[in-house]
Amino acid sequence: MTDIEYLAPKTLDEAVRAFHAGAGNARILAGGTDLLVQMRAGTVRPGLIVDIKKIAEMTTVEETAGGGFRIGAAVSGAVLRDHPKLKKVWPGVVEAANLIGSTQIQGRATAGGNLCNGSPAGDSVPAMIAAGAVVTIQGPTGRRELPVEAVPKGPGRLNLSPGEIVVSFTLPARPKGSSDAYLRMIPRTEMDIAVVGCGVSLTIDNGTCTAARVGLGAIAPTVLLVEAAAKALIGSKVVGSKLDDAALAKAAAACSAACRPIDDKRGTIAYRTKVAGVLLTRTATIAADRAGRK
Amino acid sequence: MAKLHVSTTINGEPQEFLCDAEQSMLEILRGPLGLTGSKEGCGTGDCGACTINVNGRIVCSCLMLAAEAEGQKIATIEGMADGETLHPLQQKFLEQAALQCGICTPGVLMAAKSLLERNPDPSEHEVRFWLAGNLCRCTGYDKIVRAVMDTAADMRGAAR
Amino acid sequence: MSTANDNKWIGQRTLRPDGADKVTGRAAYAADTTMPGMIWGKVLRSPHPHAKIKSINTKKAEAYPGVKAVITAKDIVDFPLDKSVMLGIQDMRWMARNVMAREKALFAGHPVAAVAATTEKIAAEACKLIEVEYEVLPFVIDVEEAMKPGAPVLHDFVKFEGKPSNIAGTLEHKLGDVDAGFAKADVVIERSFRTQPVHQGYIEPHACLVSVSDGKATIWSSSQGQFMVRAMCSYLTGIAQNDIRAIPAEIGGGFGGKTIIYLEPLALVLAKKTGRPVKMIMTRTEVFHASGPTSGSYSKIKIGATKDGMLVAARGTFCLQAGAFPGSPIRGAAGCAFAPYNIPNVHSDGFDVVSNRSKVAAYRAPGAPIGAYGVECVMDEIAEALKMDPLELRLKNAARMGTKAAHGPVFPRIGFVETIEEAGKHAHYKTPLPKAKDGKLYGRGVASGFWFNAGGESSAQVNVNEDGTVVVITGHPDIGGSRASTANITAEILGIDYKKVSVLIGDTSVIGFSNLTGGSRVTYASAMVVTQSTEHVIGILRERAAKIWKIDPDAVVWESGEARPAGDNAGKFEPLSLGQIAAQATATGGPIGAGKQLNTTGAEGGFATHLCDVEVDPALGIVRVLRYTAFQDVGRAIHPGYVEGQMQGGAAQGIGWALSEEYIFDKNGKLDNPSFLDYRMPVCSDLPMLDSVIIEVPNPKHPQGVRGVGEVPLVPPLGAVSNAIYNALGRRFYSLPMSPPKVLATLDLPQAAE
Repeated sequence: MTDIEYLAPKTLDEAVRAFHAGAGNARILAGGTDLLVQMRAGTVRPGLIVDIKKIAEMTTVEETAGGGFRIGAAVSGAVLRDHPKLKKVWPGVVEAANLIGSTQIQGRATAGGNLCNGSPAGDSVPAMIAAGAVVTIQGPTGRRELPVEAVPKGPGRLNLSPGEIVVSFTLPARPKGSSDAYLRMIPRTEMDIAVVGCGVSLTIDNGTCTAARVGLGAIAPTVLLVEAAAKALIGSKVVGSKLDDAALAKAAAACSAACRPIDDKRGTIAYRTKVAGVLLTRTATIAADRAGRK
Repeated sequence: MAKLHVSTTINGEPQEFLCDAEQSMLEILRGPLGLTGSKEGCGTGDCGACTINVNGRIVCSCLMLAAEAEGQKIATIEGMADGETLHPLQQKFLEQAALQCGICTPGVLMAAKSLLERNPDPSEHEVRFWLAGNLCRCTGYDKIVRAVMDTAADMRGAAR
Repeated sequence: MSTANDNKWIGQRTLRPDGADKVTGRAAYAADTTMPGMIWGKVLRSPHPHAKIKSINTKKAEAYPGVKAVITAKDIVDFPLDKSVMLGIQDMRWMARNVMAREKALFAGHPVAAVAATTEKIAAEACKLIEVEYEVLPFVIDVEEAMKPGAPVLHDFVKFEGKPSNIAGTLEHKLGDVDAGFAKADVVIERSFRTQPVHQGYIEPHACLVSVSDGKATIWSSSQGQFMVRAMCSYLTGIAQNDIRAIPAEIGGGFGGKTIIYLEPLALVLAKKTGRPVKMIMTRTEVFHASGPTSGSYSKIKIGATKDGMLVAARGTFCLQAGAFPGSPIRGAAGCAFAPYNIPNVHSDGFDVVSNRSKVAAYRAPGAPIGAYGVECVMDEIAEALKMDPLELRLKNAARMGTKAAHGPVFPRIGFVETIEEAGKHAHYKTPLPKAKDGKLYGRGVASGFWFNAGGESSAQVNVNEDGTVVVITGHPDIGGSRASTANITAEILGIDYKKVSVLIGDTSVIGFSNLTGGSRVTYASAMVVTQSTEHVIGILRERAAKIWKIDPDAVVWESGEARPAGDNAGKFEPLSLGQIAAQATATGGPIGAGKQLNTTGAEGGFATHLCDVEVDPALGIVRVLRYTAFQDVGRAIHPGYVEGQMQGGAAQGIGWALSEEYIFDKNGKLDNPSFLDYRMPVCSDLPMLDSVIIEVPNPKHPQGVRGVGEVPLVPPLGAVSNAIYNALGRRFYSLPMSPPKVLATLDLPQAAE
């Protein structure tokens, strides 16, 4: 029976050093809403737990010089919800982070943990992908950036090197007429893991959709950036904040086509594939409605 | 490693304890600290029976390491009443039979108290979604939601 | 609607005596108790759904530092397979093997050994060191699969029609001649229905603390019956009952699932072996793997009616899954399914089928929701075929006083008709629903239901304290607020302030035998014995007043909490209060108190009718209940708040069973969703307000008119929700749960030709 060590470093360098030295046997603790569950189930047995909540850069939300946001990877969903400006500019990202679990879970769960848990069903990930978030990573060899969709490799696996820690998410500045939305399908009204999750971010300029990004979750080994769906929306006509039906239908079909889901206790292949299209339509509609008011 | 020594504040009082790195806050509350009001219904954050308040936010204590309590302000169900004077929510729950077996009640009360501190006039929808992380199998939630909304109305009236 | 209330306490929403402890977190549930020197017990469970146990080697576990004892089936009393040993409705042959596997592991999660150690962590680690040699066997879980010839057989000694089988028992009810009845019918509907196992879902896992000293045991446990705990532990360990004191801790939900034991006998044997108090708590995963959910089922229902809406024949076959050992609730299914209706020709039979999942445990009106599900759906189809309002069909055929039920009794005065009439008059039924709006579809459904209710043994002791306050001790664990009802009744009869009555639940050493908290019987039975005890106390009080006044006891009456002379002839004496008489107890003859132990009878069945409105999102297959109203004849609502609570809680469980709850097994026969995350019970945001209408048609056989209320509420919801979904979508569902993928898949099918 090994003893587990717990460390709460105050600097990122200290955290990276300790995490790297843990040589694959260390785990990062942010909100703990995945880690502790896995430890209890015996599926994860860390030798070292590195608690990163004392590191300023990871626990703050800042506006960047260009008008975007830098969200520390260890900021909880509840803190994001309470941020006065973030939900006005990125309502989809904020609502996605605040659909994880329950009020209690949102008091702890973080976008960083949600991403690095590597579940294709993590709620915040499709919204982050749709937002075009860029992830800042710190490791033993230094700092680098990756688009958020490049981080997950497969269920429970990441494209990170040993010792690397996700530090923050940077959301770009928003052109006028932009907004986002996130919807998921769950059987109950709360608490469930997403059967399908869809994030859409749009820009509408002068009656035309000029930019779009679509993130789709729980339908493949990783959350997907569905470029075909975005392409179907870009250039389409928007009348009074309503997207063109044909464009929506094409985008929805692209989402269903992108699905490579599994049958499991939460949903079947057929069901997920169908729902992906339905959710795209609804999510994009909400995003467009919000964008039209910006 | 040797046991961790943690200094924290629980229900307004300084508290110290020793723990292993992997022990949850719930384990320590119910064990060495003798605060058994928070309950373990699932151990995985799905039922809310272990709900506590950390620095003003409700969390599941089963999903928090005891070591994380260092320097934090923690509130549990044991601190909700003021001596023998029940909090208005506690009193209302009794008056309106908003509990049957009572095992979920401490968690529900902690969550409801947090809601009313942020939102003194919640709608039924807001109450239901705020409490979605607190499973109750006995009541069907009806009397719980009514008790929370009625207490909110009482507290708004008292505040005027 | 309720009868005029000239009572001071009965019918009032008093504060329950145990309430303050519950809202402050002070109430002691089994897992909250500790004792000096306490150690922890953990169970090793079979990973295989079906396997012969060839050998168990516990040496390494025993040698592990911190381990104090390891036990297996050889430490539990053996009950040979050839002789039934009944304790209530449980056969101890099965109970012995359920708490610890003997010859075979019969479900994934079946206990095969247990360890006691100084910490929970050490006990869990030591379990991993126990070496069990299994011979893995093919398994079968689904009830229909288990009934098929050629299915893996669980028990060689279980025979059906002379051959080894998984059909462990049958039962049959017959009334009239169904073939002749169907021949007369203008409309006959025959359908098959399937349900999955669903768990009672109590938020408190099983827990106990057992201490043994000088061969005498004290057991604190979360249980619905401390006398059952004592008796079962006595049987399984060989310790005499007088040497076992079973104390009921506050219980965090039961719903029938805690009417048997799992951990107590193991903790008892471990405590005896180690000389230390042993605490055992199930994790939520263990609760799901190893404690009994109710049966999965396959039923066939056939009902015939004439064109004027009279039911003429009903045939029902109910196959219920018992799990690892015989004992599924076929009695509830076959007996209750048709009971709400006056049908002259009825034939219902039940099949008790074993299969490789955990042994079934009672769940709120066991079997009856399964039976009612199919019947209430077929009733809806009959109403539709006859173009009759579904409430009207039920009213026309409702069981009333004098109706003979297929399971035997002739109903006395019952309030079923009243539940239907009230439902029809209610604003819920009169409020129109849109058919469709903003892409969503809407529908309304009705269903009725019946449950036997029980009486059974109960004991009470009512003692008057020297200061005139009163302590009442009863014998049934309080799972729903029954202490409040007991206090209401005692205060009412004595004519004293409710707050002067304290109610405690006695353990097995201090109160007389009392049967389980279950069967909707606690208020019913304890009210009877408390009433009789209190009336006896009043007799004593009158005698004492008579002594003080030096008159005949017959000349003393008890009114409004006082002894008074019966009339002017008796003499002019100032009334004596309870306090005044109590203060003179010693001088007038000694302590004032009385107890009663009875096997209470006269419990009559309960009836309910439910209304349900749903909203369906046809693009995603999601169903939400928008409005729900329950109507139930409760006889007399001693505490209306807790009566409503029973109606609401049962409705919520039924909605979960109908829409989202089910046991999902993986291809290895192991439960795939043993957590509250994926075993989906309704959360607060899933439900609307659950309106409950209390109807009081007093039970003439009960001193306060009480009828059992706790279980009937779970009987109608499955049908009510199903019928509402049909009304919204025009599609019938014949299996539960009606989860989104199933709803969507059904919508995709071409409309079935009727």
